[in-house]
Amino acid sequence: MLKEDLIRTLTENCAPVRPLAHPAWRALVWFAVSLCYVAVVAAVMGIRPDLLAKIADPRFATELAAAFLTSVVAAAGAFSAGCPARPVWERFVFVFFFLIWAGALAVGCWRDVEAFGLTGLLSHSDIYCLPTILAISIPTALLILSMVKRGAPIAPFVTIGLAALASTALAAAALRLSFREDAAASVCIWQFGSVVLLTGIASLFGRVLLHWTMREELIASFQAHRR
Amino acid sequence: MGELGDTSNDRESRWRALMASAQDGDHAAYGELLSDLFPVLRRFVLRRWPNAHDTEDVVQEILVSIHTVRQTYDRRRAFTPWLMTIAARRAADAARRRYARGANETTVDVLPETFYGDGAKSEQETSDDQEAIRRAMALLPAGQRQAIELVKIQGLSLEEASQVTGKSVGSLKVGVHRAIKAMRQALERNC
Repeated sequence: MLKEDLIRTLTENCAPVRPLAHPAWRALVWFAVSLCYVAVVAAVMGIRPDLLAKIADPRFATELAAAFLTSVVAAAGAFSAGCPARPVWERFVFVFFFLIWAGALAVGCWRDVEAFGLTGLLSHSDIYCLPTILAISIPTALLILSMVKRGAPIAPFVTIGLAALASTALAAAALRLSFREDAAASVCIWQFGSVVLLTGIASLFGRVLLHWTMREELIASFQAHRR
Repeated sequence: MGELGDTSNDRESRWRALMASAQDGDHAAYGELLSDLFPVLRRFVLRRWPNAHDTEDVVQEILVSIHTVRQTYDRRRAFTPWLMTIAARRAADAARRRYARGANETTVDVLPETFYGDGAKSEQETSDDQEAIRRAMALLPAGQRQAIELVKIQGLSLEEASQVTGKSVGSLKVGVHRAIKAMRQALERNC
């Protein structure tokens, strides 16, 4: 009886739904919108005057491109994690670009050590990176959260972790366009470190942010059948 | 696929077609699909946990989950892996809940004697108590009443009640706590 009631309830509530687009396409939509926002933020903070000269430096260009690619590929991974039975490797493609990003920073650190020695490497701290990255990434994080919530919460920790990585990596890239901070160790610890820290913390809230829910109209309809 | 064993290509194609129609809002196709899936999911759950006493509940939970995320099915991809991923995840969630509930339960041979139980009271006292509780519940705000009904009367866990209401476990916990406090005050006032 319960089975029949349930099937009848679900059937009656079978409104047409639009199947979700491919994760890569959704990631590109999120990235395009977020990029516009980040461009505005960077413009408001002020684009660094030496940006064109910096982009000509292959190490800086690689670092920036890898940060942007980590962001978009992590977003695609987050959307893929919300689609049951999609290949698991899609969630981990970001690792490739993440490692390139880390590698570019490591090369920068090595160059600084050669130029200034170890003392130059650890010359100053830039603790404001953490709140700045957090503040910049909140709107893009809310946008991606609303998008991943349309998926299935089958891997909540991974989904939220990847969504957080996508947002914070984009914020870190925006910071590189504005701040004239070129000490690689400082960028590595305070910018890259903030991204890793915020991603780790956000993923802990996976199950809180993504869980199975039953819509109110469905409950009401089911209770009506049970009476 | 492996979990279903005898899944034929015909059945896979049929399910894919039914699910595609269901996504377009075809009620008949959806009903047919869910009726088809019920015994398959029941077998799946029983095979994993043969001694589980809540098999039917888990199957129903899987069906509701399928309904909730039916937009995630990609028509170009196979249906059965999509179905079994959700089924495995929900069955694992149910097993985790069972384990958590079991860890908080103690089996006793003889229940302690108590004067609070209905058996220790006259029929009139029991009925008076129930009426007073009903009246106290009626005074609660809708959200608190729903929380207490699900958790304390229907006996759902906070996680289950969270799935039913869509509210977080924390807010349900607060709702139940406030409801009990308000009911206690209402009962004391009436004494």
